[in-house]
Amino acid sequence: MSHTTEVVRLHVNGDSVEVGVPAHFTLVEALRYGLGLTGTKQGCDKGDCGACTVLVDGRPTLSCILPVQEAEDRQVTTVEGLATPEAVHPLQDEFDRHGAAQCGFCTPGILCSAAALLDGNPEPTRDEIREALSGNLCRCTGYTKIFVAVEAAAARRRGR
Amino acid sequence: MSGKRPSRDDFAVIGRPQRKIDGLAKSTGRAAYTDDIVLPGMLHGKILRSPHPHARIRSIDTAGAEALPGVHAVVTGADFPTPYGIIPWTPDETALAVDRVRYIGDGVAAVAAVDEDTALEALRRIEVDYEILPAVFDPHDALAAEGNYEAGDYIHPPKREGWNGNITKKVHLEFGDLDAGWKAGEIEVEAEYYFEGTTHAAIEPHCAIGRFDGDGRLTVWSSTQVPHYLHRELARVLGLHPAEVRVIQPPVGGAFGGKSEPFDLEFCVAALSRKAGRPVKILYTREEVFYAHRGRHPFHMWYRTAMTRDGMLTGVDARIVLDGGAYASFGLVTTYYSGQLLTAPYALPAYRFDSVRAYTNKPACGPKRGHGSVQPRFAFEVQLDKLAELGDIDPIELRRRNFIGANTRTVNELRVTSNGFLECLEAVEGASGWKERWRRLPFGRGLGVAGSTYISGTNYPIYPNDMPQSGIQVQIDRSGRVAVFSGGSEIGQGTDSAMAYIAAEEFGVPLEHVRVYRGDTDFTPVDLGAYSSRVTFMLGNACIDACRKLKRRIQEAVAEHWEGEPEAVVLREGRAFDPSDPERSLPIRHAFQIAETRWGTLGETGSYNTPKDVHGQYRGGTIGASPAYSFTAHIAEVEVDPETGIVTVDRIWVAHDCGRALNPVLVEGQMEGSAYMGFAEALMEEHVFKDADHGRAGLHNAPSLLDYRLPTSVDTPELESLIIESVDPEGPYGAKEAGEGPLHPSIPAIANAIHDAVGVRVDRLPFSPPRVWRALEKAREAGALAKPAHPADRLSSRTEVGA
Ligand code: FES
Ligand code: FES
Repeated sequence: MSHTTEVVRLHVNGDSVEVGVPAHFTLVEALRYGLGLTGTKQGCDKGDCGACTVLVDGRPTLSCILPVQEAEDRQVTTVEGLATPEAVHPLQDEFDRHGAAQCGFCTPGILCSAAALLDGNPEPTRDEIREALSGNLCRCTGYTKIFVAVEAAAARRRGR
Repeated sequence: MSGKRPSRDDFAVIGRPQRKIDGLAKSTGRAAYTDDIVLPGMLHGKILRSPHPHARIRSIDTAGAEALPGVHAVVTGADFPTPYGIIPWTPDETALAVDRVRYIGDGVAAVAAVDEDTALEALRRIEVDYEILPAVFDPHDALAAEGNYEAGDYIHPPKREGWNGNITKKVHLEFGDLDAGWKAGEIEVEAEYYFEGTTHAAIEPHCAIGRFDGDGRLTVWSSTQVPHYLHRELARVLGLHPAEVRVIQPPVGGAFGGKSEPFDLEFCVAALSRKAGRPVKILYTREEVFYAHRGRHPFHMWYRTAMTRDGMLTGVDARIVLDGGAYASFGLVTTYYSGQLLTAPYALPAYRFDSVRAYTNKPACGPKRGHGSVQPRFAFEVQLDKLAELGDIDPIELRRRNFIGANTRTVNELRVTSNGFLECLEAVEGASGWKERWRRLPFGRGLGVAGSTYISGTNYPIYPNDMPQSGIQVQIDRSGRVAVFSGGSEIGQGTDSAMAYIAAEEFGVPLEHVRVYRGDTDFTPVDLGAYSSRVTFMLGNACIDACRKLKRRIQEAVAEHWEGEPEAVVLREGRAFDPSDPERSLPIRHAFQIAETRWGTLGETGSYNTPKDVHGQYRGGTIGASPAYSFTAHIAEVEVDPETGIVTVDRIWVAHDCGRALNPVLVEGQMEGSAYMGFAEALMEEHVFKDADHGRAGLHNAPSLLDYRLPTSVDTPELESLIIESVDPEGPYGAKEAGEGPLHPSIPAIANAIHDAVGVRVDRLPFSPPRVWRALEKAREAGALAKPAHPADRLSSRTEVGA
């Protein structure tokens, strides 16, 4: 079937790349199906679950309802971009230590929301963590281990 | 270690907090789920779904779709008409509808095309000629229907002579002397309850990829939680030899029972791939996930319960109507479970239940976490609270008095082994400050308690056979590496990690040196799947079996080397050593090398099968039987706003007897996730359908993650996990289940807490603000809106009156 294909220029995890995608693609489709960055998940298709959360210019953004063109000329960070070659992000390590990822499907999105929270608020209270993650549904954990992991990561970053 | 109960210190790995072996892969985005897999030449599939709740298919014209450029294959029900069903006695589904659709959303045709847009356009070009049939949405109406299948009065042909075709299953079982029970009873409660349907809503939508190779072999990747059953049904429906079918299960993004039987997409990707000669992927939209459903059955329940003045239960009678939706799914088992799983943790001297499952023209219901027993548990634990109130007994005390005990049989003859229920009650009683706070908190705030039990795996497989329920293969080599080939299903609960902990414990190697390969029917032994909380118990035992056989050979080889006894060789924390002789100590890798030198290449298999004498000797007596039962008690603390009816759950204390926590972090995670899911059903979730007055009858009311209200991080209460370890004699290191039991008491504990807070009963789920508000209004009008009195106060005021 014919649809318009467009070439868009994206800045993802520090790389600048051009990708040809159908013009109606959202950012999550461009990431997953255009660039092969499958770390970002899709749990619904309409902005309801938060699984597709990525950082756009440092802000948590639902990539499933962002037309890909709107991500052009902005800095996109996905879960693949949180770690450095030397070390994983403290949040990733604490999620691992505290069992905060069960099935792990919500995890990439939650990590992006949590990373943005810690960047703006190094010592969040549990209520602030609850607020910051309220757009990310997790069906497995009951959220408890996620709160604990975010608190531990915050403490560790402050300690540095 | 034999003879005495092993303590945590006897283990190097088991019982201690450990990381999961796939935790970092999941938190860095490396873990590849089914939809993350792209195969060369892969096509996109889509399924056309019925817009009618009940209709005959007169004809399907697919020519328009086939002619569309970019379309590679189209299939309809006629391509694979072999009926199937997860329960072999009720095969009432086909991969796509053959001559009749039975709910809005029933699959009718499927296409494979170069991309999603083309596939969607192809669906629009398929013409289906339907003859509309009468539809039924209420189970009572369905059971009252008269007529015949051909005319559409029934959804299925009658399963038995004389039955209405809207009946899936009827169960009537009676144990003990109920007449005597009523006679002995001095206090009785009789009430009706309604449990609304709910769905799993795993965050990963169902996804499958099919690939037919030129040599006629089929590979299906699927987000299933039951690769073995999928394997069997694929072979059957596609007419293949099972040895030509391979099922691969990538990590699954949550399941909760919602992926525990084959779905149309798995058959469709296989059939489309066969036709197209290319791999085909289908990913459900979130809306399709809601229609695929197989979630919690709505239950209409009636209970009569009697006890003596001292609070000893004397009789329980139940009548239950299950709203099954359009197909049987696991419904035969659900109908049994609705009664069979109620007989612990309390001793019931006499018990009867009468359950019937009706078909309705809605998406089929099936197993959701706590299959078939969450609904009756809600009703029964509220019954107990009402009895306690009438008998002026503390509800925890009432539960204690009726405790069934360990190493016993239930009234329906199920064998119970370890039982830590009393410890669970004690733990939540202490942690919540129950003694000081229950009935003493200000109006609007309350505490409620509830208990429950659940199976650690169903004792009998879904299709009758005496082969092992679980299999594992273990292989070690001179590098010091241990490879575990596991038949298990990793759906987030940590099965792969649990197997790694067991192997690390048995061989004394660091966890990092254990690899677990799982989820591929071509190279892993059969395990029946992640359902009925069976995996830790059954696969864990299989893993211990394989490891110990192999370990024995290492011990023998090393003993030979030392000229000692194999029993003296200990493998622990990276070394093989003889505790009685400090000279005798080797790095574990050398021990493996000695063994490989002595025996050649090293590998073993292990299996687990269930004990065969743990069930009742009556028809249906095997259903509900399990090698072990877990026990749980919760206390919930709630706040009820008397003006609005809004209920807030502040905290739930969750005490769970899991036998032994192989990794306490993972057990807590299961307890918290379960308690959360129960809380969600209590307050928020409703899987409901429109009626003709509110849109199109049979249309899902809210097939999105916004409108079907899942609790967010802000809604979820604080959850406090209290692990109780009764150390089961047959569990792996004493372990039992933890993944489903701790869901049950959330709901009745919240119901009972609402009563403690404001004195009203809401016997219908969910406890939504309008429903609670109406109950409050009724009490207000009757001038009875008040906190219930503490039994001690009531008793003392009675004494004064009497004096
Ligand atoms: S995928 Fe659900 S919000 Fe984007
Ligand atoms: S870990 Fe499974 S959805 Fe959050």
